[in-house]
Amino acid sequence: MKVGVITFPGSLDDRDAARGIRLAGAEPVALWHGDHDLQGVDALVLPGGFSYGDYLRCGAIAAHSPIMREVIDAANSGMPVLGICNGFQMLTEAHLLPGGLIRNEKGSFVCRDQRLRVESSRTQWTTAFADGDEIVIPLKNGEGGYIADADTIERLEGEGRVVFRYLGYNPNGSINDIAGVANERGNVVGLMPHPEHAVEPGFGPDTSAAMRSGIDGLRIFQSVLQAVLAA
Amino acid sequence: MPTIVVEVMPKAELLDPQGKAVAGALKRLGKSEFSSVRIGKRFELTVDGPVDDGVLADVRDIAQTLLSNGVIEDVVAIRTEDER
Repeated sequence: MKVGVITFPGSLDDRDAARGIRLAGAEPVALWHGDHDLQGVDALVLPGGFSYGDYLRCGAIAAHSPIMREVIDAANSGMPVLGICNGFQMLTEAHLLPGGLIRNEKGSFVCRDQRLRVESSRTQWTTAFADGDEIVIPLKNGEGGYIADADTIERLEGEGRVVFRYLGYNPNGSINDIAGVANERGNVVGLMPHPEHAVEPGFGPDTSAAMRSGIDGLRIFQSVLQAVLAA
Repeated sequence: MPTIVVEVMPKAELLDPQGKAVAGALKRLGKSEFSSVRIGKRFELTVDGPVDDGVLADVRDIAQTLLSNGVIEDVVAIRTEDER
């Protein structure tokens, strides 16, 4: 199984995402924003970073990249697509996910190991979880405040499309502590925290068992493997 | 050459942390007469040729689809400025 990771000008976590995919047991494929070719991948990750220096709005210029035409077609035909941080911002700018992300409520960049609750295991990126599972993965953003109009929030909550919720501390002022959402079909998911930084013992968040041993993020990449293989 | 100015503001109902930070700085400088600050964006699009209805329609479309994000922002003004 192949999972594409798209590099945009200013992407930072593309190689980390590729590493997470490999550790989960799939083959990462490096894709380039300027191409019109998804190289036959089974799923896609839009990685974190600061594409185009966050000019205009975070993810706005990248959302109009050449490859996004293929990404939007693939997403609309059911291919699993995960947007992490800047990738989440791109998915909202491309209208593949509802809502938007604005500057953190307190105005400062936040970098911390963040506790989350997995609210829905019914997306293609969360099949390896049970509803209500708690995980800890790193979070690092300056513009991660999730907002949408009241009707959209009500619909997302009612349809179980809030996939991840901040637990214990809301780092950016997101409405309803929303950390990640899905599209109606559950194949497109975006989240602000970074699962790809919690995939390998020695490099993840601290746990009660040992320093840096947290690998909760790996299950997100394992989920898409399960989902694609089951399809 | 004519310039079309597009102004975009964060939606009024949303928190504008940048504006809030500037308002805080004003307060610290003793400028207590200003109760709030909001920060938006001004785009200047220089047009290569005359500004006709077609160009203006284009700008209205660009303003909605690229220059602003309707979820978080409003286009508050589009106007043509005199040749300079």
